[in-house]
Amino acid sequence: MSSTLATQPPPGEQATPKFTARLHSPQLPRWVPWALLAGSVAVGLALHFMVGWGRALAIVVAWLGYMGLLVTVSGRVEGRRKAKDRLATWLVTTAFVLALLPLGSLLWQVVSNGLPAINAGFLNSSMRNVVGEGGGIFHALWGTLIVTALAALMSIPIGLATGIYLVEYGNGRMARWITFLVDVMTGIPSIVAGLFAYALFVIFFGEGVRMGFGGAVALSVLMIPLVVRSTEEMLKLVPNELREASYALGVPKWRTIIKVVLPTAIAGIITGITIAIARVIGETAPLLIICGSTDSVNFNPFDGRMMTLPVFIYSQYKNPGVPPEFGIERAWGAALVLTVIVMTLNLVARLISYYFSPKTKA
Amino acid sequence: MTSHAVEGTPRPPRRLGDRVFSSLVTAAGVVILITLAGVALFLTYEGLPALTAQAAEIPGADSFRAYAWPLVYGTLLAAVLALLLAVPVSIGVALFISHFAPRRLASTLGYLVDLLAAVPSIIYGLWGIFFLAPRMVPLYEWLAGHLSWIPFFAGPASTTGRTIFTVGIVLGVMVLPIMTSICREIFLQTPRLHEEAALALGATRWEMIRMAVFPYGRSGIVSGAMLALGRALGETIAVATVLSVSGVVSLNLISNTNPGTIAANIALKFPEASGIEVNILIATGLVLFVITFLVNFLARAIVGRRAEFSGAN
Repeated sequence: MSSTLATQPPPGEQATPKFTARLHSPQLPRWVPWALLAGSVAVGLALHFMVGWGRALAIVVAWLGYMGLLVTVSGRVEGRRKAKDRLATWLVTTAFVLALLPLGSLLWQVVSNGLPAINAGFLNSSMRNVVGEGGGIFHALWGTLIVTALAALMSIPIGLATGIYLVEYGNGRMARWITFLVDVMTGIPSIVAGLFAYALFVIFFGEGVRMGFGGAVALSVLMIPLVVRSTEEMLKLVPNELREASYALGVPKWRTIIKVVLPTAIAGIITGITIAIARVIGETAPLLIICGSTDSVNFNPFDGRMMTLPVFIYSQYKNPGVPPEFGIERAWGAALVLTVIVMTLNLVARLISYYFSPKTKA
Repeated sequence: MTSHAVEGTPRPPRRLGDRVFSSLVTAAGVVILITLAGVALFLTYEGLPALTAQAAEIPGADSFRAYAWPLVYGTLLAAVLALLLAVPVSIGVALFISHFAPRRLASTLGYLVDLLAAVPSIIYGLWGIFFLAPRMVPLYEWLAGHLSWIPFFAGPASTTGRTIFTVGIVLGVMVLPIMTSICREIFLQTPRLHEEAALALGATRWEMIRMAVFPYGRSGIVSGAMLALGRALGETIAVATVLSVSGVVSLNLISNTNPGTIAANIALKFPEASGIEVNILIATGLVLFVITFLVNFLARAIVGRRAEFSGAN
């Protein structure tokens, strides 16, 4: 410690009396924060096991104690500025841990509560005539699949084409308006999208309309802006030299876009689309409004209520039946299935962008 | 597609394929314009009857304004609570990822935080009601016991934990990844020269962040917070699952009587609603749409202003 705490200027500097300031300030050795942390952990363990405090309380007290110790010691040895820096580092790390806590506990809850519910029957049967135990998510799985597929079928072409328009053709007032409105659409609350679909379909089909296709329309309203945004971002990354090289060979603009620009950006675009699908597949509110909820399988998106996975979770939680355990268990089981679907889609998106995108230096 | 050389004119020939393709993609853009106009139009059309409805037809209130006001209040209260919790944490997380974590870990850590955004809101709802709410009860009891002179903690403490405060926490967790990713992007864009200049003058890392990173990223932080606010305002199912609603207007954050939110109210009432009630719910949806539109518009305006002078684009 003595070497780093040395405050005496070397004798050579005495010759120039003008420079009285120290050229380096004292610094804590690297092991000190770790030692303090270990000490705090020990105190925390002692509080938990010997004094009998709760686990959460002991952890919080130990972590706060670590901060107090570190800042005090650092303030005494290194001065106020360094102590502030240490405090900031502690705060930032705390924020990060705080952010990860819910993720960890949430995933743990879903897995540990959902796993007991999962079996072949759960995936293969609907809720038709089920009271109490049994039943499953077959109808909801199909509903989610149909509604999401229809939504994707509508949003991908429109979103893709709009993205192309904005990057390749759009200049002037209309492009600015579309950019602005896509931004607005990104901010539409999902429940408002559901109300829009209802308000639209009620005009044609009368009051109380419920159908899977309406859900697809609502999800499209949410999905289109996501697809537009990702397409736009990716097309902007395509270097202009590629387009110019193609024009120079006499290739028309539309073929340039289809044969040169799109293939270059396709990995990124597919990644964006996959993430967009993952986003809308977990939407509950709009589907609750326009798809309704039912216990039976319905393969026809243009006729009648259609159950979807998120709405299934919600309705099992809201009306678990008597006794409620079975309903709650089914809700957790469906939550696990939904989480797995969403996480898989996200992972696939990551892998696509990792393996297939052109390498950039960033 | 034969190309003909036109003498003396540099203009390229207009090909049929080009015309078809450009009209197609333009049409897609127009579809978006129409859709958004449709959202505003159909909601107004279906919501209008609620504004002229007789007092007797509106459940639990004399007029549409009296019906909507507690909901607007609850929506704003929950969203502001969420923001108060999420803003400091997400700035911290963004800083941790951009300036504190080891370089090689940074993108993985960012991905972990992004995973929070991928979780569907209904699962946040389940987590909130079965995991978080019961664990908040002791805190509420302590607050009601010791700090009840503050109007926010007047009590009596909820025994289920299904309070607006719990909702605020759940919403805070939900908007955290949005705000974090925006802040992270902005912090990473801080000009390297500014950072190095600060460090070269002997600033500690924290001083460097205060001198170089925050001034550069301020508008980004503000607009990120606004986007997060927009998201929190519109969140539906998590609120509908967690909150125990009684339609009051109160500052009390920890009791069983809480104001509802617009979105949650629609989700709770719509499946069984009929007649004029549907129109009333759609009208409240329109109110929500207008509020979120304003918030998002402001956020975009701030981002746009920033883009003009930053030179980052």
